[in-house]
Amino acid sequence: MKTKKKIGNAITYIVLIIISIIWLFPFFGLIMQSFRSYDPAVEYGGMVDYIIPKHFSLDNYRFLFSGETNFLVWYKNTIILAVFISALQTVMVLCVSYALSRMRFKGRTFLMRFWLILGMFPGFLTMICLYFLLKEFGLTQSGAIPGLILVSVASSGMGYYVCKGFFDTIPKALDEAARIDGASRARIFLTMIIPMSKPIIIYTALVAFMAPWCDYVFASYIAFGHDMSYNVAVAMTRWVWTNDYQGYFTRFCAGGILIAVPVTILFMCLQRYYVEGVTGGAVKG
Amino acid sequence: MGKAKSQTMAERGNAVANVFKNIAVTFKEGDWKTRVSYLIMGFGELLRGQWLKGIALMLCEAGFIAYMISVGRKYLPKITTLGTEVTKKVSRKTVYGDNSFLILLFGLLSIFVVLAFIVLWYVNICENREEEKLLKEGKKLPTNQKVFLSLFDSNFDKTLLAIPVIGIFVFTVLPIVFMICVAFTNYDKNHQAPTNLFTWVGFENFKNLVTFGSSGFGTTFFKVLGWTLVWAFFATFIDYFLGMAVAMLINKKDIKFKKLWRTILVVTIAVPQFVSLLYVMKMFANDGLINGYLLKWGWIKQAIPFWTNPMLARITIIVVNIWIGIPYMMLIATGLLMNIPEDLYESAKIDGANGWQMFRSITLPYMLFVTGPFLLTQFTGNLNNFNVIYLLTQGQPQSMKLVEKAGSTDLLVTWLYKMTVNNTNYRMAAVIGIMVFVVTAVVSVIVYNMLPSVKDEEGFQ
Repeated sequence: MKTKKKIGNAITYIVLIIISIIWLFPFFGLIMQSFRSYDPAVEYGGMVDYIIPKHFSLDNYRFLFSGETNFLVWYKNTIILAVFISALQTVMVLCVSYALSRMRFKGRTFLMRFWLILGMFPGFLTMICLYFLLKEFGLTQSGAIPGLILVSVASSGMGYYVCKGFFDTIPKALDEAARIDGASRARIFLTMIIPMSKPIIIYTALVAFMAPWCDYVFASYIAFGHDMSYNVAVAMTRWVWTNDYQGYFTRFCAGGILIAVPVTILFMCLQRYYVEGVTGGAVKG
Repeated sequence: MGKAKSQTMAERGNAVANVFKNIAVTFKEGDWKTRVSYLIMGFGELLRGQWLKGIALMLCEAGFIAYMISVGRKYLPKITTLGTEVTKKVSRKTVYGDNSFLILLFGLLSIFVVLAFIVLWYVNICENREEEKLLKEGKKLPTNQKVFLSLFDSNFDKTLLAIPVIGIFVFTVLPIVFMICVAFTNYDKNHQAPTNLFTWVGFENFKNLVTFGSSGFGTTFFKVLGWTLVWAFFATFIDYFLGMAVAMLINKKDIKFKKLWRTILVVTIAVPQFVSLLYVMKMFANDGLINGYLLKWGWIKQAIPFWTNPMLARITIIVVNIWIGIPYMMLIATGLLMNIPEDLYESAKIDGANGWQMFRSITLPYMLFVTGPFLLTQFTGNLNNFNVIYLLTQGQPQSMKLVEKAGSTDLLVTWLYKMTVNNTNYRMAAVIGIMVFVVTAVVSVIVYNMLPSVKDEEGFQ
């Protein structure tokens, strides 16, 4: 019995180690290749068939900071996008969730059903129309950053499910007690519910913060060839798809590392809240 | 069921009749202040000292009139034809004619504005009636301060929802209605505003969608739709079961470093997808790392065409998606698995059940029950999983047999994107968008009614 258990455990460890290797391998590769030089005199900067560079160099990183590209501008753009979208989207989601969870008003179920149906339309369907709408206000190309913030924030109220689910678990008796004491709805919301909702606020803000780092489609459509308003996802994707095999691949790796490291660290620090939110959301649907 | 339906229909009919009755009765019985309010909104409220409501309503009417004069008048009448005057060149100057795009967009907006105004007008009438009733009964009207403060108390929902609802209307509802309309026009690269006009064509685009043959979209559409469904099925269920399996491995009693294993997997969620997916895409490329090593070690003689062979590309995408999907499912399953009471397993063990039997009769039913809604959202999410497909293959390899540059790994949404961005075939893109909606809605409705958690826990709140 005991040896059987031991063998079972050993197999489990082996499987877990293999899984870990598979899962980490691409990131290991990414890091290694970012240190390969793109200078033809030192080493080839395109695709190669080995993983450890023959000469370690910081050429790619130097290139990113050298001013030959707008990498720093793209990085700054993305940070601005992420911070604003994260803050404003959280406010929107909290407002909608509180109203739908706590208040009973005419048209409440209609609103929820209507938004559910709206959510079934693919997002890209609205892309053309939004582009021209934003263009009317000068929020495309050079104004793409405020335009993107506007679009991402405006419709974010529809993503209330997880947050409303959390509010539903806060006992209503608390609200009622406060109302008997004469507190208004707004007061209850601001001084009672919000301080109690720290985990869900962090979850909402974190998810909203991560999204702009991956937004390729919409960002590229709205910035449309205007280099200065790209975010990192658009710029890096263009680097990978370029036909300039001599160089841009390793530069993409270096850029990817600079993007991934801070985001990953932030995520890992707040992982607990993420797991809570995701699990809660999955169960309540 | 049928009876209930006809009942609600009758109720709705009654409600509409009531509205009209209300309008007529209020006019007949109301005083002159109320009657003037039929023309000048907020007039009655203002004279009765409710200046906050009165001014707000008047401003709405003024805004409405200003909008209709400046914008609505220009576009609304032309919405039936979407413009008749073509942009011409007179000597060397371009004289712009009608812009069909703007006519459709602002025409629709105007229709919505008119509808909203009618609702507001009715609210204004009801307000007048209420106030008159209160005054007749000898009661006092609420003070302006009270009305204002109610926005933070009993009417707090209106304050909270105002901006989100307007935002969703302008940036989601309006564009979606616009695109649904585009599906019934001939808006494509030959009919681009502002140089050319486009106009209504009825169901022509939908007919084109189910036309088979060289010019029709039928064959391509059903091929892409088929792959979309196959992809969503595999991407959802393979990830679901493998993720659960990994979670169970890590949850095993004697396994140490649980946190380490989980953290390693979670890195894939943390790293922005475009970085990891683009790197993985290059890894599997013909001149990429994997082929490079396999060639070097002499295991293969030629590079494996991971992305260029249609069948292989599909398999590779599903495999890479496992890499993306397992950590996510693992996180969810970990928490849920711990909720299953330990004594269930203990008693099963005493009854002599082996691991597989315990999984089949305890773990799996519980998990399916709890995660039913999650599985549904995962499935519909995968139907529209743009990022994975587009960053890995962009829908390629392309096939000569398919129209509009559709490739073998294209989902409906990536195809839609290509049609919009590369080919500016908006009319068909809109049709495909509607089809995506139909597929999502049908799948959701069918699966939702099959979910055990919906059947058994009707009253669960």
